[in-house]
Amino acid sequence: MMALVFPFIAVIAAFAVGGLFVFAIGDNPFETYRLLIGSALWWPDGIGYTLFLATPLIFTGLAVSVAFRAGLLNIGAEGQLYVAAFATAWVGIVLGSLPAVVLLPLCCATAIAAGAVWGAIPGLLKARFGSHEVINTIMMNFIAIALASYFTQYHYRTPGDPIMQSAPISAHAQLARLGQFVPGLPERIPLNVSFLLALAASGLVYVFLWRTKWGYELRATGSNPSAAEYGGISVPRQIVLAMAISGGLAGMVGINEVLGYRHRYYDGFSDGYGFTGIAVALLGRNHPVGVIFAALLFAVLSRGGVPVDAFTQHVTKDIVQILQGTIILFVAAEAFFREPIGRWLTSLRSR
Amino acid sequence: MADLFTIALIFSTVRLSTPLILAALGGLFSERSGVINIALEGMMLAGAFTAAAITYATGSPWIGLIAAAGAGVLLALVHAVACIRYRADQVVVGTAINILMIGVPGFLSGAFFLSSGSTPQLPIEHLVPRAPIVMAFAFVPLTWYILYRTPFGLRLRAVGENPEAADAAGLNVAKIRYSGVLLSGALAALGGAYLSIGQSSLFTRNMTSGRGFIALAALIFGKWRPVQTLLACLFFGFTEAITIQIQGVVKLPSGDNLPVQFIQMVPYVLTMIVLAGFIGHSRPPRALGRPYEKEQ
Repeated sequence: MMALVFPFIAVIAAFAVGGLFVFAIGDNPFETYRLLIGSALWWPDGIGYTLFLATPLIFTGLAVSVAFRAGLLNIGAEGQLYVAAFATAWVGIVLGSLPAVVLLPLCCATAIAAGAVWGAIPGLLKARFGSHEVINTIMMNFIAIALASYFTQYHYRTPGDPIMQSAPISAHAQLARLGQFVPGLPERIPLNVSFLLALAASGLVYVFLWRTKWGYELRATGSNPSAAEYGGISVPRQIVLAMAISGGLAGMVGINEVLGYRHRYYDGFSDGYGFTGIAVALLGRNHPVGVIFAALLFAVLSRGGVPVDAFTQHVTKDIVQILQGTIILFVAAEAFFREPIGRWLTSLRSR
Repeated sequence: MADLFTIALIFSTVRLSTPLILAALGGLFSERSGVINIALEGMMLAGAFTAAAITYATGSPWIGLIAAAGAGVLLALVHAVACIRYRADQVVVGTAINILMIGVPGFLSGAFFLSSGSTPQLPIEHLVPRAPIVMAFAFVPLTWYILYRTPFGLRLRAVGENPEAADAAGLNVAKIRYSGVLLSGALAALGGAYLSIGQSSLFTRNMTSGRGFIALAALIFGKWRPVQTLLACLFFGFTEAITIQIQGVVKLPSGDNLPVQFIQMVPYVLTMIVLAGFIGHSRPPRALGRPYEKEQ
């Protein structure tokens, strides 16, 4: 019960800190927050865009959560999603003549597989050589971004295109926008089938972690590796498996970005989704349901940054990063709230 | 080809290594005390912004440098309190600080300079193009001396390797770790300050562009030792200098430009190789990342 209270306290405390920032530079915190949150709640644009922005965050939040459950910190979702997005665009370009029934699943599978491979490498390095996954995933983020940028610039750009982006993918590799099915949702809003995939992935992660033997072994590895080893679980294998699943989930961002939204690989497309995923996972307590809610919160914030930029005197959309950073800080340093609340509860009881 | 390897390349290497050296030495003080610092990037940004803003406000780059170090210490204090006092996950807190520092400079420059994330241009006489370089290279032997020849250095290494034994010997583990992390903030921020008021003449959004992580890589590549870390920083600075020099100059046999992306990757790939133990194993301080809970 208390476990569910702390994320709320952390969010409220972060908003209080953000409010102090806003107040300090002479704007009205309440007005700022009204703009920040209000604009995300209008149908259809606000809600449509919020769900669209939540999609990649659900994927990266799930990715970080699965690794976390195995006792690993995947800082590399950012790199995994870049590799996956490029790989899926590549398949969508070079195999563009295949029919949609073949190409679309193939592109989705490519995104997942590419992310999984990029995630499994630091897993293998940890399992085999004991090198820390945090450092390796950080390094591999930079390597992924440089590689994707190289291939885009030198091999898959339309000649003469001034923008760093690949040629468009085949029409057979495009995912439908939800506006085609949902009455009242205009098709210009890029919310697409990937959002449903994100919800399905959340369900699958839940089933995997809590209803299968593999998931049980993964969680056992995370909560106590030596006990897991003693119980006959191969810890190195679990590490590689967890990092591969984590990378695959992060890779699904490529499905939303390339197949669902831009229909090409666009260099530097990620708005820090991999890093926000850490915040999403922490705030969502590494549980799929929590992840969905946390992703929605961060999507609301990033949607609201634009009107804040436009309609306040001084406040810029940077307030979003300030809130995001502060939320992570407060969730991570939970003892900051737990200690005083614990003392207060004991004093109530002794009375 | 030969005319590329000129004296200019050496100077360029020294200039580009300077922020890395300062930040990596910062990382060294924190990590040798047992506290992971992936917030070097954020601390550099804090220093870069503060130095430019305060130099603009006061007209003195020296006040700017001191203020930058102060901002770094303040930010490091957040890291230290969360990690040491509240035993939060050190990597997570570092990530939070990095995200926070993408926002804060933009937020403040929006408020004070009515710009979207940069500070006003500084006149050339208000810049310090050389002092931070001297500082960076002087701090290397100084760090070595502090680490290996002073009681403070001995204690720092002790709490980073075996906090239980250090505690049993009567050392205040928390206090020593605080010193390590705060020092780290000051040094990383100076590294950032050099970027804004040394190498260039203003702060721009995300101007560190990953240098905090390269510094971290150099620290690991240098096996958490001052002199090796200096060499790693020089090497990484050299790859950056080469990248700038060959851009559009050196051609592949096919007639294309040599892709700079591959040279940019060198530090990251090397770090992974070293960490895996292929070129001499790089062993972190034993208690790195482990919060210390004092026995009651």
